[in-house]
Amino acid sequence: MSDMTLSTKELTESSGDRRLKLMKRSATLGKYGSLVVMCTICVLPLLVLGAASLKSAPEFQADGPFDIPDSPQWSNFQVAFNDGRMATAFVNTTIILIVSLAGTILIGSMAAYAIDRFNFRGRRLVLSLFLLATLVPGVTTQVATFQVVNSLGLFNTRWSAIALYTGTDIVSIYIFLQFVRAIPKSLDEAAFLDGATHLKIYRKIIFPLLRPAVATVSIIKGVQIYNDFYIPFLYMPGRELGTISTALFRFKGPFGTQWEIISAGVLITILPTLLLFLFLQRYFYNGMTAGATK
Amino acid sequence: MQVQTAISTEIPSAPKQRRRRWRRDSTPYLFLIVPLVLLVAFTYIPVLNMFWYSVTDWDGLDKNKEFVGLENYRDIATRPELYGVFKVSLYYFFATFIQLGLALYFATILSFNTRFQSFFKGVIFFPYLVNGVAIAFVFLYFFRPGGVLDSVLAAFGGEGLQRPWLGDRSTVNYSLASVSVWRYLGLNFVLFLGAIQSIPAGLYEAAQIDGANRWHQFRYIIAPGIKPVVSLSFILAIAGAMSVFEIPYIMLGGANGSTTFVIKTIDTAFKFGKVGLASAMAVVLLVLILIVTAIQRILVPDEGGELT
Repeated sequence: MSDMTLSTKELTESSGDRRLKLMKRSATLGKYGSLVVMCTICVLPLLVLGAASLKSAPEFQADGPFDIPDSPQWSNFQVAFNDGRMATAFVNTTIILIVSLAGTILIGSMAAYAIDRFNFRGRRLVLSLFLLATLVPGVTTQVATFQVVNSLGLFNTRWSAIALYTGTDIVSIYIFLQFVRAIPKSLDEAAFLDGATHLKIYRKIIFPLLRPAVATVSIIKGVQIYNDFYIPFLYMPGRELGTISTALFRFKGPFGTQWEIISAGVLITILPTLLLFLFLQRYFYNGMTAGATK
Repeated sequence: MQVQTAISTEIPSAPKQRRRRWRRDSTPYLFLIVPLVLLVAFTYIPVLNMFWYSVTDWDGLDKNKEFVGLENYRDIATRPELYGVFKVSLYYFFATFIQLGLALYFATILSFNTRFQSFFKGVIFFPYLVNGVAIAFVFLYFFRPGGVLDSVLAAFGGEGLQRPWLGDRSTVNYSLASVSVWRYLGLNFVLFLGAIQSIPAGLYEAAQIDGANRWHQFRYIIAPGIKPVVSLSFILAIAGAMSVFEIPYIMLGGANGSTTFVIKTIDTAFKFGKVGLASAMAVVLLVLILIVTAIQRILVPDEGGELT
């Protein structure tokens, strides 16, 4: 915008204008220069793993990190996927992800509907219980949460992760609350006069209109669960219960210094995230903004 | 019963109405029962138990928990190997300033017309989405002797600067804190950019007519507009610096002086079986984070006020 207005001014050039033009040009250079440097820093550590993942073991030993592989060793990916038990990991993560997401969406939307649409005794108490819980960082309470999970018999089952992801997510409730608030009350009042039950109003009117909130929660929650290390590491130590994070973590032992295999495993882990991000960029940005500031 | 039937014959719809009212009164509780049970089971019971364990010498298995008063807290305050690990948080705390500064800079320049805008935005944001274990491996590879960083230094003639970045106690925490910046900068950046872009464009035009330059635009339009989100991010970053766990734990297992308070707490509980002491440590951390949050609520009171 301002480039245009300035370039028309430049027609009437004087020495002052020339200095301005020079300043402007160096500002542009600085701007794009810093952007390129920043992007290099963001991408370079990931790109060099791409090179490493395609080398053979002796080639990796002999090469520096920036040397291009002679002939791509795609078998590294096979080794990482099979020996790293990544198929099991993807299955476990997917099961946990789907069940937890369904639970979070159901619980979050129901709680939000109850809180926003009803005036009941204890409403303030319920709200402050949720608000207070947002202040408790989950990482600090694991010492005691562990005992609860253990006494419920959930330790070393997928249910431990599912229960924790579903039960401690208060941010989602707030996101749903905002969206429920935006739905006009006259809609449910009209349905109520027509004899619809509250369950029916929730199912047929409120929930279908919450689709954008469902998208937002799915993105934030999906990324969070896919990337979480802490909970599966602590609660699901069994090898057959490995998730993406813990399966990749176990590369540390057997693959020790086999960086070509480890690199392949890392790239297999990142690939789904990258693809999803490329296709759903807009949702990611909106989701992150909604999730972090609430 | 007889009275009720008498009434119901007078007004036929009364029981139906009563049933309907009962249903209306109980509906919110039915909708809330599952969320509340989960909330109590996985947040409030653990927090309360944590306070209780923290005054015992429990090992996590024993049936009996011996009450020891404030002994665990005295241990934390007096044993340097316990409170000393908080010093590690300082590295992450100072890295926060670099992180927020860079995020603010890139959010500002990308809010003006820029070529390849969405490409730059995506690239800067993407690291935030990458799996934490993957990031740990990426940077183990990056910092290893003869690895990426050493090669880059060699390419620019800086062989003298090469060192075991993660093996040297004097550099390990700088290296790890910079990984943290790499990972979380993207989130701050996107939040700031969103806040800047929600400022009405008319303000810039008006300012330009009044002769304001880019710096004036930043100082008088952008800065006040994004103050709430910046202060919120700052508080979140401080709380994050106090509870760092993943990166140093996955990369080094807390070796070489990279142990943070949370790693220490988890090890105390699950490796050494001192659940009592670990609970006291967790209580300390919880209280510190609550204090930081309280300060934020006081400084930026408009957040959270909408939840009533």
